[in-house]
Amino acid sequence: MTTFRERIQEAFAEGVPISIDLGSRGRHEHRVSAAAAFPQMEEMRDRARTIRAEVVASLDEQLGRFADAAERAGSTVFFAADATEAREYIVELARTERVTRAVKVKSMVTEEIDLNAALESAGVEAIETDLGEFIVQLAGQPPAHFIAPAIHKDRYEIADLFVAELGVDYSDDPVELNNIARRHLRPRFLTAEMGISGVNFGVAADGSVALVTNEGNGRLCTTAPRIHVAVMGMERVVPTRADLAVMLEVLARSATGQSLSSYTNLVTGPRRSGEPDGPDQLHVVIVDNGRSATLGSSAAEILYCIRCGACLNTCPVYRHLGGHPYGSVYAGPIGKVVTPSLFGLEDWHDLPATSSLCGACEEVCPVRIDIPRLLVELRRQSVDRSTPAVRRSIRLYASLTTRPRLFRLLTRVAARLGRLWSRDGWLRRLPGVLGNWTQHRDLPAPAPETFSDWWRRNRGA
Amino acid sequence: MPVQLFVTCLVNSLYPDVGKATVALLERAGFHVEFPMDQTCCGQPAYNGGYHNEAIDQARQTLDVLDVTKGPIVVPSGSCAAMLIHHVPELVAAEPGYAAKATRVAARTRELTQFLVEEAGIDIRPVRCALATYHASCHGLRWLGVVAEPKTLLDDAGVERVELDGEDECCGFGGLFSINVPEVSAAMMDTKLDRIEASGADIVTGVDVACLMHIGGGLRRRGIPIAVKHIAEVLAGDPE
Ligand code: SF4
Repeated sequence: MTTFRERIQEAFAEGVPISIDLGSRGRHEHRVSAAAAFPQMEEMRDRARTIRAEVVASLDEQLGRFADAAERAGSTVFFAADATEAREYIVELARTERVTRAVKVKSMVTEEIDLNAALESAGVEAIETDLGEFIVQLAGQPPAHFIAPAIHKDRYEIADLFVAELGVDYSDDPVELNNIARRHLRPRFLTAEMGISGVNFGVAADGSVALVTNEGNGRLCTTAPRIHVAVMGMERVVPTRADLAVMLEVLARSATGQSLSSYTNLVTGPRRSGEPDGPDQLHVVIVDNGRSATLGSSAAEILYCIRCGACLNTCPVYRHLGGHPYGSVYAGPIGKVVTPSLFGLEDWHDLPATSSLCGACEEVCPVRIDIPRLLVELRRQSVDRSTPAVRRSIRLYASLTTRPRLFRLLTRVAARLGRLWSRDGWLRRLPGVLGNWTQHRDLPAPAPETFSDWWRRNRGA
Repeated sequence: MPVQLFVTCLVNSLYPDVGKATVALLERAGFHVEFPMDQTCCGQPAYNGGYHNEAIDQARQTLDVLDVTKGPIVVPSGSCAAMLIHHVPELVAAEPGYAAKATRVAARTRELTQFLVEEAGIDIRPVRCALATYHASCHGLRWLGVVAEPKTLLDDAGVERVELDGEDECCGFGGLFSINVPEVSAAMMDTKLDRIEASGADIVTGVDVACLMHIGGGLRRRGIPIAVKHIAEVLAGDPE
């Protein structure tokens, strides 16, 4: 596998689309206005965090209650220990039910378990129905953002894509592009035997699954086909509907700046007798896939995440990179913590290294996940994998700084050398790892006299 | 009242004028400034990089030096102050004898501009200064809540100032990040530099020399004659 830095260099060489910066900045600004217009925002964030923390601390029990209630409501619940089990369950269900076409509501967890590929190879056509997700699926790409999967594409590219893949006439008018997708998808909604969704929240008290969308495709996917499969990360439980209400207060505001998403669906079991709409079967697939291994450690805080995407929108690294170079479905600040925590530091230790620890993510996170602290903790766990030259320099510097007399002497020597070595007090090219600095910026040389020497000379010791 | 100056390792070696300006400001405000000679580095770079054994050694050294002194510990750096206030106590929590020292030192530690604003009676002299803009360094901003203080001080000193678009967006320094992933760090820096240029300011100022070193190094590489000065230097006026 390539390193993160290699993927970054590649992305920069190709040019990162400006739409990523514009789109994430725009959403961030919407979030800022929404938070400002909602006086209880900070209090709601506290409450949301408390709810998530309590759920994660008693996840076993909450999941048990959720599963029991869901079964009482007529759903079938399956616990998948990993991605393979989840895929196999859904593929097997499709096979026994003779499903040939599935319509999907965008969901990060189905991306995580790579469900579409498994369905396709079992002969099931899996169609993404969220406009952005539909676009990236046509382009053969993974989503580049939790809630704006096609953030990296502007309308002209989308227009070209639709011409190439759908055989329609060219139009770059956003409304017409929307209509093209709508016309293409409508018959597919009506003929699909299976609808697949994620789950924003599972309510333990009554076994409902809550699903928020802005396009209404979620409603079609969960009502038109005769089977609804809801795939849920195992952490996505809330105890009651009142708790759900708190989460909804912060979710849409953080994600898009809306006070509520356009559609909030609460699905409690399959269609009951006498009800006109709804599937005959509702399967809730609860996915562990590395999550339970974080319980009891500091990394368990990643399970508070509600995938609102606010941390991506505000992150200067994400804004300059987009989602794809991260190499995982989970991009952005939280992705740099989730990916190594779920899938192993071994392969992913370079993700946490790629952060300036500016803290912008924590500032907006609706559940106040301390992402910088988690990043530092993952760095701590992988120091032995850091660049040897950097590691040696840090160790050397640390040992000098614990010997104050020696430190003073050496900084004095450095001051003298700096004067000889530099051009007008600046260094333009340095060897070794410091060359990574001077590749892009000048470095000030040590000043001719250290502050401590100045102090001693002027004020006495 | 005595105050202890924790000058930070970068100021000590690269920006001693910032230390001198800090002394001038504090003395002008009537404090008796002391400088514990054996101070070195608070351990922030090692801590952020995940090198916690090394950071603990540095934190212990710093605590040993500071805990025996009296009065507020003033730091002309948001990130080093945040290190002493927030991270050092966690870092040494399990080190026998150091948890209490860290708590005491954290309670005495103050970022310079917050100290100047919160200590009543500090008279800020008008200074002559070209058109300035302020960059909000992340750690001071988000860990210590340094938001209004620097601007208040600049305004009190009569410094003509333009707002910097995206002032609270990271300049891309991030310590080892700038060395480990220079491409991203530099891309962030370029965004910051574009905005600084667009602001029309002649001087960029801030509360952290580390970020200013990054910004200054970038401006110099671009050949842009915008001066970069720590806020202590701006407020102190011309150096002695
Ligand atoms: S970490 Fe917080 S801000 Fe980021 S996606 Fe998760 S909930 Fe949203």
